[in-house]
Amino acid sequence: MRYLPLAEADRREMLRTIGASSVEELFVDVPEAARLAAKIDGLPDHATELSVDRQLSAMARRNLVAGEVPFFLGCGAYKHHIPSSVDHIIQRGEFLTSYTPYQPEIAQGTLQALFEFQTQVARLYGCDVANASMYDGSTACWEAIGMARRITRRTKALLSGGLHPHYVSVAKTMARFTGDVLDTALPELGAEPDIARLLDAIDAETSCVVVQYPDILGRIADLSELAERAHAAGALLIAVVTEPVALGLIRAPGEMGADIVVGEGQSIGVGLNFGGPYVGLFATRDKYVRQMPGRLAGETVDAEGKRGLVLTLSTREQHIRREKATSNICTNSGLCALAFSVHMTLLGETGLRRLAELNHAKAVRAAERLARVPGVELVSGSFFNEFTLRLSKEARPVVRTLAERGILGGVSLGRLYPGADALANGLVVAVTETSTDEDVEALSGALEEILA
Amino acid sequence: MSMNREGRPTRPEAAAGEATATWTGNRALMLEEPLIFEMGEESGTGVDIEDAPRVASRLGGLERNRPIGIPGLSEPQTVRHYTRLSRQNYAIDLGIFPLGSCTMKHNPRLNEKMARLPGFADIHPLQPVDTVQGALELIAELGGWLVKLTGMHSVAMSPKAGAHGELCGLLAIRAALEARGDAREVILVPESAHGTNPATAAFVGYRVESIPADDRGRVDLQVLKARLGPDVAAVMITNPNTCGLFEPDMIAISDAVHAAGGLVYCDGANFNAIVGRVRPGDLGIDAMHINLHKTFSTPHGGGGPGSGPVVFSEALTPFAPLPFVEKQGEHFVLVEEETAGEHHASSFGRMTAFHGQMGMFTRALSYILSHGADGLRQVSGDAVLNANYILRSLEDVLDAPFGASGPCMHEALFSDKGFAEGLSTLDLAKALIDEGFHPMTMYFPLVVHGAMLVEPTETESKAALDQLIGALRSVAERAKAGDESLKAAPIHAPRRRLDETQAARKPVLVWKEPAQAAAAE
Repeated sequence: MRYLPLAEADRREMLRTIGASSVEELFVDVPEAARLAAKIDGLPDHATELSVDRQLSAMARRNLVAGEVPFFLGCGAYKHHIPSSVDHIIQRGEFLTSYTPYQPEIAQGTLQALFEFQTQVARLYGCDVANASMYDGSTACWEAIGMARRITRRTKALLSGGLHPHYVSVAKTMARFTGDVLDTALPELGAEPDIARLLDAIDAETSCVVVQYPDILGRIADLSELAERAHAAGALLIAVVTEPVALGLIRAPGEMGADIVVGEGQSIGVGLNFGGPYVGLFATRDKYVRQMPGRLAGETVDAEGKRGLVLTLSTREQHIRREKATSNICTNSGLCALAFSVHMTLLGETGLRRLAELNHAKAVRAAERLARVPGVELVSGSFFNEFTLRLSKEARPVVRTLAERGILGGVSLGRLYPGADALANGLVVAVTETSTDEDVEALSGALEEILA
Repeated sequence: MSMNREGRPTRPEAAAGEATATWTGNRALMLEEPLIFEMGEESGTGVDIEDAPRVASRLGGLERNRPIGIPGLSEPQTVRHYTRLSRQNYAIDLGIFPLGSCTMKHNPRLNEKMARLPGFADIHPLQPVDTVQGALELIAELGGWLVKLTGMHSVAMSPKAGAHGELCGLLAIRAALEARGDAREVILVPESAHGTNPATAAFVGYRVESIPADDRGRVDLQVLKARLGPDVAAVMITNPNTCGLFEPDMIAISDAVHAAGGLVYCDGANFNAIVGRVRPGDLGIDAMHINLHKTFSTPHGGGGPGSGPVVFSEALTPFAPLPFVEKQGEHFVLVEEETAGEHHASSFGRMTAFHGQMGMFTRALSYILSHGADGLRQVSGDAVLNANYILRSLEDVLDAPFGASGPCMHEALFSDKGFAEGLSTLDLAKALIDEGFHPMTMYFPLVVHGAMLVEPTETESKAALDQLIGALRSVAERAKAGDESLKAAPIHAPRRRLDETQAARKPVLVWKEPAQAAAAE
């Protein structure tokens, strides 16, 4: 077995040192009734590298690969080009095969990368501080709602209808057990997000207002008034960003008054991966840092006075505080945070801005082209790289028909909101730098035929 | 600058004189590296991006009106920056990483290759299910292995890491109890448990009560039985436990908890000790998470991503989270909110946006298929053999508090008993760094004074173990002899001991321009 270095002679010699006659003897504490005498029945034995490669490659071939077809899916996961050096760097064994940096003297590499990541995220979001990552955007969003409860000591969270429905589902799951009360709504298939509804609903019991920017239908709205109104009522504003590339071009939520900004970082450095692993981003104001969940890298000095980094403020965390911790999170998404940070370092402000401009321009051109298809109407008034179309037919079967033609044409709102008839004709289309003019023509042409 | 073509040898005595300081602060291959914010410019970039076509902006008037403050580096600078950083890290690839309860085993590179196949890495979670049949098949196949290896009834694949898996298990337990109209308030947790256990229980709204260990390092069955009652929702138990010992009363514990109307959650962090030899389902467990990044070799990545599927007993299966994969005939379907009403009405709901850590599933299945049923049994056998070899090779120099009670499982526990006054587990651990090893887990579990928990895993050779044993013997003897130089360790690492108190008292969590930082003082 290629991953097991012990030879039979080693095993015999080690058993002699231990004073046992067999490995089985070492399992003496296991109740006899639960000890299996031999390997588990009905499962195959070990396989060569070549054989495993063949088995898994066969499974992989049964999937339609995004990079091989015209591709327009978004809604929380986006296809972007990742520079080759990103994957090279995250595969260095010193990053890939190290642990959470509990021994800082021999983990400065990970710690410095996390400190740089925290700074990049805080600046991108327009916040004071960011943590060293969460599992993904949806769990970061839930953790933010919990943090707002701890800060305001209120339990009523007001969620925008423009918040990703899966993020809402996660929040509902958790709220059922933690006593939070969620005020939710379905999105409306209109040009603007539900800012007016939110402004009306804020009251003295509201712990937080949660709004996605750009929202699930791709729409962008100014959050400043919402922030002012929330603060006047003693509530916090939580902004959720599922497409971080947008912030290369539009104002950061922190600048508009958001108290906590969370989101999905997958777009930068991390591939689609069928939904995971991704990387949750989490940032806030200095004054709330001790209520923050997750790991934090912080600066200090070593015994010789040299600058160094450590994990810090761990008195918030489960391994110290146990049942009084701010979160139960332990392992987060370190390597994906590194990928994010490397990609962001390659982009720099200039590259990020250019990337964002390219995304937006391509999306505007695609939206204009698609809106000329008979039976297609552009819904989103403003957008970044993702917009919603209203089709003359139910969108979900249209998406399936497009897939049969080898086009991954977008996310139907029927998939995201099953049973919501008012949304059934909605199709969310994402256009990034990876979409070509030919791809847009292929989608437009196919829609012309399908909707005719 | 001219090259030294003579290859002039450096005289040792000259080198010794110069060893104190260099102009750069570097020490040969040990290279100091500034932050990207100190070396990069906002105008710098390492990517070439095509010019955007001219269009009328549709950003709703929300164009960014101030700079972000993120510097960029060219590709060569970027590669060098991170390569230099990487060399300041210890890693499994460099040597044995004996962190108890963390299972730092070799990460096979085949797994990395498989996870990067475009058919897995470049597919979107919301693609029509007909276009991702291979991905759903992979999830179903891995789930099938996990169910069979644990002897349980079903598996939830979506939890993102071990602690997220704990949350999944406790949410199912709470949903099941509520469904039978018997909401209970208390979760019992042994005092040796991982910190995530009480944190998770509290998060779900339970009151946490601690159960003491007996003098053999096991859950005290009599104390546990005496505490059980109609208010106890569940017991969270780690087995093998964090002292590296199997709970011999596990079946009796499960029976007692069930008789009192409660459920049994098992923290599966230590599954590597028993995989292929013991099935938790045979021990009366109702829910257990499996850290794919421990037992099934997916890389730890400096702190994640992990993956924490949860296996369930028949009693808890109806309450498992969405979404999940089902095979209907030859077709794989994804059960989400929409179809759950018919097939899975009691589900407690969704825990994360999509379907779980696909990239980790691919790696774990690659590992499982490589080992097969026979290889996995050998894995636990070698893991336990290696740990016992360490236990018996060191118990004459290091106190092994439970060494007399029999063999350990996959990790060996020692205490600081016998160290000279003023020297601690921390000092020994830092001295081990100078010997070229990552230290073991320190001060955990809490039930042993100055605990040192050593988990070698099965992927270490006897020669590597002998090296570690030699180093541990040496530093243990120094600690017992009162060698004060241990307090200065490490002296050969990229940094000496760091001031954690200062880091917490005046937190600096992001980089600021020196002028700004000074103004903030």
